[in-house]
Amino acid sequence: MTDDVNSGRRRLLTTVTTGVGLAGATALAVPLVASMKPSARAVAAGAPVEVDIEDLAPGKLKVVEWRGKPVWILRRDEQTLAELEEIVGDLSDPDSEVIEQQPAYAQNRHRSIRPDVLVVLGVCTHLGCAPTKEFEKGASTGLGDDWMGGFFCPCHGSKFDLSGRVYKNVPAPTNLVVPPHSYVTENRILIGVDETEATG
Amino acid sequence: MSLINWIDDRFPLTKVWNEHLAQYYAPKNFNFWYYFGGLAVVVLVLQIVTGIILTMHYKPDADLAFASVEYIMRDVPAGWFVRYLHGVGASMFFLVVYLHMFRGLMYGSYRNPRELIWILGMVIYVALMAEAFFGYLLPWGNMSYWGAQVIISLFGAIPVIGEPLAEWIRGDFVVSDATLNRFFAFHVILLPLLLALLVYLHIVALHKVGSNNPDGIDIKKNKDKDGIPVDGIPFHPYYTVKDTFGIAVFMTIFLGIVFFVPELGGWFLEKDNFAPADILQTPPDIVPLWYLTPYYSILRAVTFEWLPGGAKVWGVIAMGAAIVMFFFLPWLDRAKVRSIRYRGWMYKTALTIFAVTFVMLGYLGTKNPGHIDLFLFENVIWAQIGMLLYFAFFLLMPIYTTLDRTKPEPDRVG
Amino acid sequence: MKSVIKKLLPLVFLFSSPATMAAGSGGEHLDSAYINLADKASLRRGAHTFVNYCLSCHEASFMRYDRMARDLDIDLTDLRENMMFASGRPGDLMKVNMSAEDAKSWLGVTPPDLSLTARSRGPDWIYTYMRGFYRDSGTATGWNNTLFPNVAMPHILYEWQGLRSANFEVSSNGAKSLAGFDQMSPGSMNAEEYDGAMRDLTNFMVYLAEPAKLVRYKIGVWVMVFMLIFIGLAYALKKEYWRDVH
Repeated sequence: MTDDVNSGRRRLLTTVTTGVGLAGATALAVPLVASMKPSARAVAAGAPVEVDIEDLAPGKLKVVEWRGKPVWILRRDEQTLAELEEIVGDLSDPDSEVIEQQPAYAQNRHRSIRPDVLVVLGVCTHLGCAPTKEFEKGASTGLGDDWMGGFFCPCHGSKFDLSGRVYKNVPAPTNLVVPPHSYVTENRILIGVDETEATG
Repeated sequence: MSLINWIDDRFPLTKVWNEHLAQYYAPKNFNFWYYFGGLAVVVLVLQIVTGIILTMHYKPDADLAFASVEYIMRDVPAGWFVRYLHGVGASMFFLVVYLHMFRGLMYGSYRNPRELIWILGMVIYVALMAEAFFGYLLPWGNMSYWGAQVIISLFGAIPVIGEPLAEWIRGDFVVSDATLNRFFAFHVILLPLLLALLVYLHIVALHKVGSNNPDGIDIKKNKDKDGIPVDGIPFHPYYTVKDTFGIAVFMTIFLGIVFFVPELGGWFLEKDNFAPADILQTPPDIVPLWYLTPYYSILRAVTFEWLPGGAKVWGVIAMGAAIVMFFFLPWLDRAKVRSIRYRGWMYKTALTIFAVTFVMLGYLGTKNPGHIDLFLFENVIWAQIGMLLYFAFFLLMPIYTTLDRTKPEPDRVG
Repeated sequence: MKSVIKKLLPLVFLFSSPATMAAGSGGEHLDSAYINLADKASLRRGAHTFVNYCLSCHEASFMRYDRMARDLDIDLTDLRENMMFASGRPGDLMKVNMSAEDAKSWLGVTPPDLSLTARSRGPDWIYTYMRGFYRDSGTATGWNNTLFPNVAMPHILYEWQGLRSANFEVSSNGAKSLAGFDQMSPGSMNAEEYDGAMRDLTNFMVYLAEPAKLVRYKIGVWVMVFMLIFIGLAYALKKEYWRDVH
């Protein structure tokens, strides 16, 4: 080997070529990684869903599917809403302070746009099981004498009230998620499109 | 570095690095033809990576396969890019492998002591043809379907066991969902594993005896006082930087095809394969993709009905023999030198004719045998001439390599 | 010597395509469509023709409406009001509300899916075919086609092109070849306008067969620029190291 090696030039060329080569390899990897994102089919299947709630009676639950997840739509009467105010002491986040769990327009006492209509995802925030509806009150449900009606997750015993708010001392850490939704007309809900997006 | 030391105590990391890269002494006179082995490894890795992604979206089901490929082309983000990389990659793999093999023929890389490297390489080549054949059925286009139908029917030509064998391969009486499903299993599991293993063995064998070179002489005969061949240079950094340049040029061509001409005028992706498989409608001409057409030509060249058992079975035998010939090359060649640089006119002429013949057979394999696409004679006549020359190259080799007047090899590489 | 031959021969063959490409469906003469994928207005006109006429019977079951609207700059109102008849949501595939069995009993054959016709037949085939219809009292539909004799499909766009009859010449060896058309009654378009509309339709169907084509070339140019820079660097690096050897 010769001694007149220009080591500075050699080091620079090595660094630049390696850098550009790695940039190229990364650029090649981007589409390969991106190919694992939801496809156009998944996006189309997860398109916003329109629901008519005109015939939804108080105390009744309607379940629709959006992006493969069950969405619960529950009509609550004045009495139920009043009762929900009484149990706030038993709840872990009664004022919906964990902001990721609902859009801003549902961050209120009743966790909904219209006070009487609750829209939440029927997916337990603990490990993704499907909670069951336990609308009966009292001890007959096996959920305690003071059970005021709500949702119960059979997997690990998490309890939620009729606003999807989680009780204290259960495995689920947060309230049920309120999906983006908006009202097209008074009785037609569009699930998947935020209120501002729809009006604005 | 302590981490390296920690690993070296448990795994021969530095040892492997030195033995195969930093202190692997390769002849310093590698030329253009020595890029293709490394490029084949690059393509293999790309095929595996893109193949894994395609497998995530592809459905090996006769009712869904064709649509799932179009789903990849349209609905999967960048799916078209992945699919084109894989499809063009298959052709590029063969291109690189053919050039790699031709290098071996020119410089006598198959000769003692590299017979086993050559044989392992030939097994890789055969496995690659199987891999490509199985993969070609998966899009479930009309050419996929009929191509598989024709090739599997070849096995039916074997006396007695032929028909049951063909049915066993298909898992049905025609190419069907069952065939598609097993071809998928072979294509994504069996052959990739086999190829990875074979490539590993090919390289282990190569590094045991060391690389040949364009002069065909042994660089280990001239060593300095440290035992390092004077005409050898460490693979790393010299050949790593050289191969980086080769890879850059190759990838430019590869990506140029992917982005601008992924069908390459029908050579890489056939028009008929954009129509779904149709049991009732045969494409006007059933041809395999270009990399298998030299053998397809030989298959079709045997039209001699007077042969015992009929022409069909002898066509299959001729096709098989054409591939098997390569395996015997190390023992057919009797020349005193390895490289074409020091051989006489006979081998040079023979190899030139062979190369031209191979390309001609490949070309004729894509054409209708009854037409005239070259000159004077129908394609089938040219294919018969080609077949004759093809086998003559191998079978007469012991004679012309013995008679050939070779030049003396130099002591040092040029 | 051999290396040169080996390198050049594939190039010679490259420009003569494999049998399947040249043969098509019989080596007939095709008129060049001269399409231009960069012409979005032409693609939009073709899209309107396609969804209004072709999509009544044929499917393009691999294509989504919203993808088309995004790619061709069609606004969602136009899409909903003028282009979506069979289905409701913009993300839907271009399917037809007619089962394959029904189609077969009503139309005699199941109309083929048109998603990939431009790739399986070629743009020039579509262009020639759509301009090859003529009146023929000898067929069930009263229509025939110069490129696809006794085709099951009647001329859907006859109101545009008008009614035509075809003249054939019979050469000495008995081969029949097209001599020309006679306009029996005019359509709403003259010949030039009709050819333009068919060019737009062909253009759209080429897009339909491979939507990625709209971006493929654009990305490709940048990839090539990058690769050429990388080749330059890699070459300089190789040269630098190999000064030790030479």
